[in-house]
Amino acid sequence: MSVHVSTLQARISGESTASSPLSTEEYFVNMGPQHPSTHGVLRLVLRLDGETVREVVPVLGYIHRGIEKMGEHGNYRQFVHLVDRMDYLSALANNWAVTMVVEKAAKMETNDRIQAIRTLVCELQRIQSHQLWWGVFGMDLGAFTPFFYGLRDREQICDIFEKTIGARLTMNYIQPGGVMYDIHPDFVKDVKAFLTYFKSKMPEYDALMTENVIIQERLRGIGKLSAERAIALGATGPVLRASGVAHDLRKSEPYGLYSQVDFDVPVGTTGDCWDRYWVRMEEMRQSVRIVEQLIDNIPEGKTFLVKPAAKIKVPAGVHYSHVETARGVLGVLLVSNGKDAPYRIHCRTPNFNNLWCIGEMATGGRIGDLVATLSSIDIVVPDIDR
Amino acid sequence: MEAPNLIAAVQALQPDATVRAQSDRPTLIVPAHALVALATRLRDDPALRFDLLETHTAVDWLDEDRLELLYLLTSVPLGHHLTLSVSVDRDAPVVPTLCKVYPIAEWLEREAYDMFGILYDDHPDLRRLFLEDDWVGFPLRKDYEDDFMLERPE
Repeated sequence: MSVHVSTLQARISGESTASSPLSTEEYFVNMGPQHPSTHGVLRLVLRLDGETVREVVPVLGYIHRGIEKMGEHGNYRQFVHLVDRMDYLSALANNWAVTMVVEKAAKMETNDRIQAIRTLVCELQRIQSHQLWWGVFGMDLGAFTPFFYGLRDREQICDIFEKTIGARLTMNYIQPGGVMYDIHPDFVKDVKAFLTYFKSKMPEYDALMTENVIIQERLRGIGKLSAERAIALGATGPVLRASGVAHDLRKSEPYGLYSQVDFDVPVGTTGDCWDRYWVRMEEMRQSVRIVEQLIDNIPEGKTFLVKPAAKIKVPAGVHYSHVETARGVLGVLLVSNGKDAPYRIHCRTPNFNNLWCIGEMATGGRIGDLVATLSSIDIVVPDIDR
Repeated sequence: MEAPNLIAAVQALQPDATVRAQSDRPTLIVPAHALVALATRLRDDPALRFDLLETHTAVDWLDEDRLELLYLLTSVPLGHHLTLSVSVDRDAPVVPTLCKVYPIAEWLEREAYDMFGILYDDHPDLRRLFLEDDWVGFPLRKDYEDDFMLERPE
């Protein structure tokens, strides 16, 4: 039995499959790795027939840093710092995913204050992640104003994080056993001020994009993904929910304080770009609801129950935990051999699986629609390459 | 479905499957040749409905001279989880592909090939995913070495 291993060159030099006599000659075009709509360094090799996309071949690895290999060289506390660099817009949720698997495996205890702070900062980060996506989405579609609006409002959340955490992007805040620092004395006041401000700005977002007939015409019926295919292709997060599957780990396997708060899981119907847009807009409103319910009810307590040890020993075995980030399910698979460093650590990242859907969504459409579709998946390339 | 019932249900489908110790989720060790047939039944059985391959990766057990492949399955409608573990020889790591059962396996298996050198039989497009096509070696294997590597502590 021999298994054939192919190359990229062989992959993109196949014979033309043009079937219609009206088809022009097919050709391959590189989109990226430096294309502005690929959000970083993603390369898509497109097989085109005129402007119609016949095939999308994503080429990954331009910012592959070997985070999983590096993780084997350090201890668990050090690995928390590395995962910030995967999906940098969900750094806190990434921290939490590692923290959760280590805490569960090493049986470390936390209290309600720690869980409340974690839930709060992760929901704030979900809002700021969606704000940035909203701005960039507008820009990809050719509207420049949303980018300024999105980033203007996102700054306020970054400022709140900076006061408490000291960082705006890569935070290392959620640690096994607790959170790095207690919240800043101004935290509650600042968050309330932000909520008041943001709720007054949401109608502005809607007026600019949601109710815009050009945006609706651009997005409706584009990049469709059915519910069955979405699950088969491994999509999670807003991409899966837009296809009509109400799968949200915050509801189905509640962690943190999600079981104590009241919120809805928005789902789409057809799984087109418009549904993905609408689901994320609605998720921002739901996150505001969660923050509102928690902000006045942060319990008293310590932010570390015991003095954090530099080295944590995890019992031998396979451990797995997952959280719902702004983009979908982030899972951390930890294989331990009883030492203080992981024997093998693997991250199941949401963008990796969501990007895989691009072939299904974009094939048969136009190049212009491919840009809208790619942006509606909300990819963060370092999260794919790791 | 609760873990003991789940394991019993899967063992009814695959009698030679044994429970893997030291795992926080129900995990069954299955032979490589049974993988595709079992995965298809796990996906289609109305009481199990494992429709999502959440992730797939490998672990290099250098001391035991084997690679362990882990398939983490989730049922979105029923909310339960199952892990399948398949061991292959380090020198001839050939397993059947799950692409036809779970399309996402195409990328996950390409990553496992890229990092561990696992050869997936009947894979439609088996090539490296992150590294260049002419890269030598498989970096996540424990005995991998190149000129740019970090020193392993102790």
